[in-house]
Amino acid sequence: MHVELLFWEGCPSHPQALATLREQMEALGLDPASVDVREIDTDEDAAEENFIGSPTIRIDGVDIVDPGAQPPGLTCRVYHRRDGRISPTPDPADVREALEAANATATERSS
Amino acid sequence: MAVIKDAAPAVGTKAPAFSLPDTDAVVHSLGSAPATVVVFTCNHCPYALGWHERIIAVAQEYAQRGVQMLAINPNDATRYAGDSVDAMRDRVRAGEFDGVPYLRDESQEVARAYDAKTTPDVFVIDEDGVIRYRGAPDSDLEDASQNAAWIRGALDAVLAGRDPDPVETPPVGCTVKWREA
Repeated sequence: MHVELLFWEGCPSHPQALATLREQMEALGLDPASVDVREIDTDEDAAEENFIGSPTIRIDGVDIVDPGAQPPGLTCRVYHRRDGRISPTPDPADVREALEAANATATERSS
Repeated sequence: MAVIKDAAPAVGTKAPAFSLPDTDAVVHSLGSAPATVVVFTCNHCPYALGWHERIIAVAQEYAQRGVQMLAINPNDATRYAGDSVDAMRDRVRAGEFDGVPYLRDESQEVARAYDAKTTPDVFVIDEDGVIRYRGAPDSDLEDASQNAAWIRGALDAVLAGRDPDPVETPPVGCTVKWREA
């Protein structure tokens, strides 16, 4: 399972998102140090990666939250918490759910 | 749409005067209210959006004490289309600003004059036009119970003739989207 966190330095939310991601991985018995953290720092890279904002978390290339039709760009990403609040980071429950689903799929494939 | 003073201001110094249009082209300026809150904000930043309701609630609750609030969007809409005047107008018409003028700083001169760093970046100005607080709305976007406490505290202090505590905090949010040279 390949877990990535893509960030843009102009947005201050990625340390919190990375901490949440690593906490959730550890809780599921996954190696939190295995997260591939990558900086996106040009418009060209954002377009190439279809990076719609910082932070973006992908598991095996799939965004953990539907990116919708947002255009790529160097910006902060808007997330919606499960209680409806707008946040610069994804809901920890969404992170955990995505990890659980991907982990289950990976386990099925290997069995 | 002139900025009358363009030196980056510090707390305790005069706020740069300005005149900017709102989304209906009505021009607004710093007035002679007992206190004025100037908030640099925008349409696309999760920090600006996440703090928005708390900030607008301050405007409503302190209006009866004569406090004026002006929201200013300085972002480069050519790169961030979500910050266009049309998109600003949509939010105003949807009632998101509840009477607070939402001003367009197309030239970015006002944001530069205030040395605005992020959206949001908040300035509380007293009746003499002196900046008395600058920074974030409160200490934690994720904690709604904070309720824009730093803005409220600064306003309470200014209206009572005291110094706010704190007088300055680091602004937190998305960087202002400056035009590329």
